[in-house]
Amino acid sequence: MRSPLAATRIRRALATRRRRVVAGVVAVVLVAAAVAWAAQPQRPGFRTESALVTVRSGPAGDEPVELDTTLYLPRDASARRQVPAVLLAHGFGGTKESVRADAEDLADRGYAVLTWTARGFGRSGGEIHLDSPDYEVRDAQRLLDRLAARPDILLDSAGDPRVGVVGGSYGGGLALLLAAQDHRVDAIVPMITWNDLSRAFLPESTGKAPAEGVFKKGWAGLFFGGGGTVGSGPAGVSGTTGGQPEGAPASAGAPSPQPGAGPGTSSGRAPGGAANPSCGRFAEDVCAAYLRIATTGRADDQAVDLLRRSSPAGVLDQIKAPTLLVQGEADTLFPLTEADANARGIAAAGTPVRVAWFTGGHDGGTGPTSDSDRVRFLTAQWLDHYVKGEGPAPGESFTFSRIAGFDALDRGLVATGYHTDDYPGLAGQGHREVNLTGSAQPVANPPNGNPAAISSVPFAGAIGSLLSGVASDIPGQHARFESAPLTEPVDVVGTPTVRIRAASPTGEAVLFVKLYDVDPKGAATLPDGLVAPVRLTGLPATIDAAQPVTVTLPAIVRRIESGHRLRVVVATSDQAYTTPAEPAVHTVALGGGPLTLPTVAAQPIPTTATVWRWALAGLLAAIAVGLVVVVLLVRRRHRRQDSSVHPEYAGVPLAVRRLRKEYADGFVAVSCVDFEVHPGQVVGLLGPNGAGKTTTLRVLMGLTQPTAGEIYVFGHRLVPGSPVLSRIGALVEGPGFLPHLSGLENLKAYWRATGRPWADAHFDEALAIAGLGDSVHRRTKNYSHGMRQRLAIAQAMLGLPELLVLDEPTDGLDPPQIAEMRRVLQRYATDGRAVLVSSHLLAEVEQTCTHAVVVNKGRIVASGPVEDIVGESSSVLFEVNDPDAARDVLDRLTGVRVLPESGDGGLVVDTNGTARSEVVAELVRAGIGVDRVVPRRRLEDAFLALVGENSRGSGDR
Amino acid sequence: MGESVGAGRIGPGAASGYRPSATLPFRAEFRRQASRRRTQLALGFMVLLPLVILVAFQFNSGNETRNRNNEFGSLVDLAVSGGLNFALFSIFVSSSFLLVVVVALFCGDTVASEASWGSLRYLLAIPVPRARLLAVKLLVALAYSALALLLLAGTALLAGTLRYGWSPLRSQVSAELAPAEGLLRLLAVLGYLAVVLLVVAGLAFLLSVTTDAALGAVGGAVLLWILSSILDQITALGGLRAFLPTHFSTAWLGLLSTPVQTDGLVRGAISAIAYATAFWGLAFWRFTRKDITS
Repeated sequence: MRSPLAATRIRRALATRRRRVVAGVVAVVLVAAAVAWAAQPQRPGFRTESALVTVRSGPAGDEPVELDTTLYLPRDASARRQVPAVLLAHGFGGTKESVRADAEDLADRGYAVLTWTARGFGRSGGEIHLDSPDYEVRDAQRLLDRLAARPDILLDSAGDPRVGVVGGSYGGGLALLLAAQDHRVDAIVPMITWNDLSRAFLPESTGKAPAEGVFKKGWAGLFFGGGGTVGSGPAGVSGTTGGQPEGAPASAGAPSPQPGAGPGTSSGRAPGGAANPSCGRFAEDVCAAYLRIATTGRADDQAVDLLRRSSPAGVLDQIKAPTLLVQGEADTLFPLTEADANARGIAAAGTPVRVAWFTGGHDGGTGPTSDSDRVRFLTAQWLDHYVKGEGPAPGESFTFSRIAGFDALDRGLVATGYHTDDYPGLAGQGHREVNLTGSAQPVANPPNGNPAAISSVPFAGAIGSLLSGVASDIPGQHARFESAPLTEPVDVVGTPTVRIRAASPTGEAVLFVKLYDVDPKGAATLPDGLVAPVRLTGLPATIDAAQPVTVTLPAIVRRIESGHRLRVVVATSDQAYTTPAEPAVHTVALGGGPLTLPTVAAQPIPTTATVWRWALAGLLAAIAVGLVVVVLLVRRRHRRQDSSVHPEYAGVPLAVRRLRKEYADGFVAVSCVDFEVHPGQVVGLLGPNGAGKTTTLRVLMGLTQPTAGEIYVFGHRLVPGSPVLSRIGALVEGPGFLPHLSGLENLKAYWRATGRPWADAHFDEALAIAGLGDSVHRRTKNYSHGMRQRLAIAQAMLGLPELLVLDEPTDGLDPPQIAEMRRVLQRYATDGRAVLVSSHLLAEVEQTCTHAVVVNKGRIVASGPVEDIVGESSSVLFEVNDPDAARDVLDRLTGVRVLPESGDGGLVVDTNGTARSEVVAELVRAGIGVDRVVPRRRLEDAFLALVGENSRGSGDR
Repeated sequence: MGESVGAGRIGPGAASGYRPSATLPFRAEFRRQASRRRTQLALGFMVLLPLVILVAFQFNSGNETRNRNNEFGSLVDLAVSGGLNFALFSIFVSSSFLLVVVVALFCGDTVASEASWGSLRYLLAIPVPRARLLAVKLLVALAYSALALLLLAGTALLAGTLRYGWSPLRSQVSAELAPAEGLLRLLAVLGYLAVVLLVVAGLAFLLSVTTDAALGAVGGAVLLWILSSILDQITALGGLRAFLPTHFSTAWLGLLSTPVQTDGLVRGAISAIAYATAFWGLAFWRFTRKDITS
């Protein structure tokens, strides 16, 4: 619309804008609300009660100790709606706060969760007795009593609460020992915990007793230091809330003793001034045992007995509570063998046992998300069935997982889960044998174990299983035996075994046997940093006399790819262990027989990855189907479209019938327009700015949908995109060219877009009309307005369309060009062709057109052949020197009427049959000077009726 | 596209030689775009960038602080170890922003620029059926986007191979990949990047039919992409982030690990295809109904 903006229009536009703003604001608010709803912290479904409670325990059950407890109680728990309970124990070095996340999780599942800080830690009193049945376990029994006394806890019988015990590491050991000692416990989920504490700290891989074991000094030091939350479990159980060392896998407990957190400084509640600075909060007997072992590297029977008392190994047959054992693969502290021993012992008593392995552990933390999710699920399933009494029996199937690689998105590890129906144990269901080669090699034992090989850096195990570089051996201190490259991959699940022989002049050797996975490039990886320490005694001086011993290597879950080699390394030192201080040179050789690798036939656990893959396939299929449906629908609608020819208008280039266009904001641009263009006619669409001419042409070009009415072109109903549009050439609202192309290239590009034969274009005629000369090769962005206009008219004439529609064609043209254009248009409208020209200039229409249609305010005001309209009308313009006197004279003449459009200079008079000469004579007779007499024409009348008195456009209505 | 179904039929009452399905042929649109300076510049820059990187590496003094913060920082260190690694590096540095801008340029500018020149109404008056106009414009824009991607990777691979040799693909998260296998992975990376960039293509195209300002469409698409990337950094949003179109944009790194991590790729592809389809669907729905006012 070219009309100036008037107040009403601005108001309308503002109204529209206001609606949009409101809609926009509503949308933003909705999105913000959705985000806030999704991101808001959930209202907890539980309440907590924290209390320092005093319980009596000790061998006689009469030693009071204060325990720091927190009970998480589901909101709806009450005497009428009693809830089952879970005793949630934390790991070594932690407090009740370490397990808060898990407690909240379980509380949300409808359990009353009792957490407490074990004696000797945090704000609790007492000393650390290492899960002693007389102390820590008895403390937990008293807590069970307290639970049973509450009205809102579900009871099996008086004094016997419905309760499960969950804990990781130190807490896991407590769960096992408590279940053995107190049969009120209904189910337990011990995670990453020990079977025999003495074996865990003094392992020996040829099956010797802990008294013969090799002291695991690295972990023992961390444990005794007690500063870090050594006990870290999967699924965040016992996860620390404190800061983590850099580089530790997510949620792993802090391994490093923090300054000021060692023995004696760990709590302000440590026993008063009498505390032994070397023992801290440890009980005296525990402390003494540690000091003895750590000094010599060997355990005496007394120390072993003490550790055995704190171990479930001896009481497994007492455990009647169904047990879910969760153990970590990346765990050099409590390896898979500990859980295996627990599982066998408990199952032997006929108690349901389920085993699950995950890729974390004391080294690997909670492992990848898929692992912690699985552990969380298994735990909930176990408790729900055996404690809450909901859901089907979980069964005793075995699940484990294997590190599959890095996740590109969160930079973490990715594990693939597997399951089998039965727990296969560590020896596997089947086995693969791999032959090793290598001659006998001398290895030196370094004095005082320094320098030492590095097998594991605590908490780096999971990474170490994938990346080589953590493990290293010292030259001269290790022997290597290697296999040929594997011809096919093997999935090792369990404990490989290998036979070795050793000789030593000292008769005794401490050796570390490790199994490396060596890739074709030679990079060796020690799975999870696990090593098998052996203490060989009674060795001969020469290797020939040595007897082979079978070494059970650590249990691993790993795929050895084809092309990889297996390497068995026998080293004399390891940073994590105490080795003999005396230097010596041993000789190590293979013991004959292959390396045996246990395998398990397991099915991958379907993961979300499979679901996503199906989802992707489904999405693609849905898009394909959707596309086909849309195409079919459009095609059908296309077919149904009325393609018949209106008989009345079959030969008429253009017939517009009762056209109406109303815009969304309520503005009516065209209210009712009716006209026809016949062959041979040059029709002028005349009207002031904003009369609705351009809107009419836009509808005619299929750019705009009419609100009502029809347009027929040669009898074909015209809708946007009608093929019949191809018979119309148009210039609407100015030229539109690609600015970077020359005039000629523009015309060619345009014609190429029509897809019509090149010869039909008639470029020469069009170029002649454009008359651009050499400028046709210049870029159109450098054209003047007039040049562009001429090029646009030439473009409209390409292909010599039967109907030419030109909107203000002379805009920007100079007078000679206008005159030329007139001739061109008149010539064009021959041979059955027709031209429709819109203009707001009366003279232009008058001179160019054969017919005229006058529109104003969206309506037709006059139409017909120009001659008819231009023919003289009965009105005459008189210019006189005294208009007032003349008015009096004219009023006296019968029939003659002064029309209201008369202005200052002249009077417009309807002579109504009276001869003009007679009127002039009357005026002259009355002494009035007549300067000019101009006969008015009908078109002008019509036009001036609209424009002359009121030049405002229809847009201003 | 619906109109193109009637291929071969001459529309009722059409001028001789006019067929709706023959209007605006792919080649014609391809030439229209090829003649534009911005197309030439964008494609030229794709060729230039790897060469600039190559020259920069030549001037490398070798004692700069290296980025070893994550497993993928090694990409930088390994870039000069062979042609494949160099190509991978070039893709790595341009994937987060440059390629986004280029794709947004090709897809966001295509309809909006015609509207701003005023030539759109003449195309529609030919008449090129609206759905066909969009389909051809979209296909040509996608073709140029793909061409840009291939030019970048191809130049980098060629230049890198000439300079550093045809070596196996190395990365710290995988074993060394033989050149043939490495090339395959490189192509897979390109394929995934192309899929992820469909989101940008969809968004830019939707904006392109909504506005007459070409700059607005291109800038808007890039702006929203950056906004999404920023939101993706906010871990507090938790699971909501998975719905951000940029969340999986770096999942192609999973193709470099051994074995290949496809989980992120699949989810990324789902996200990208769903978004792109939605945006394009909206663009077609809107453009085939709206009044052309430009």
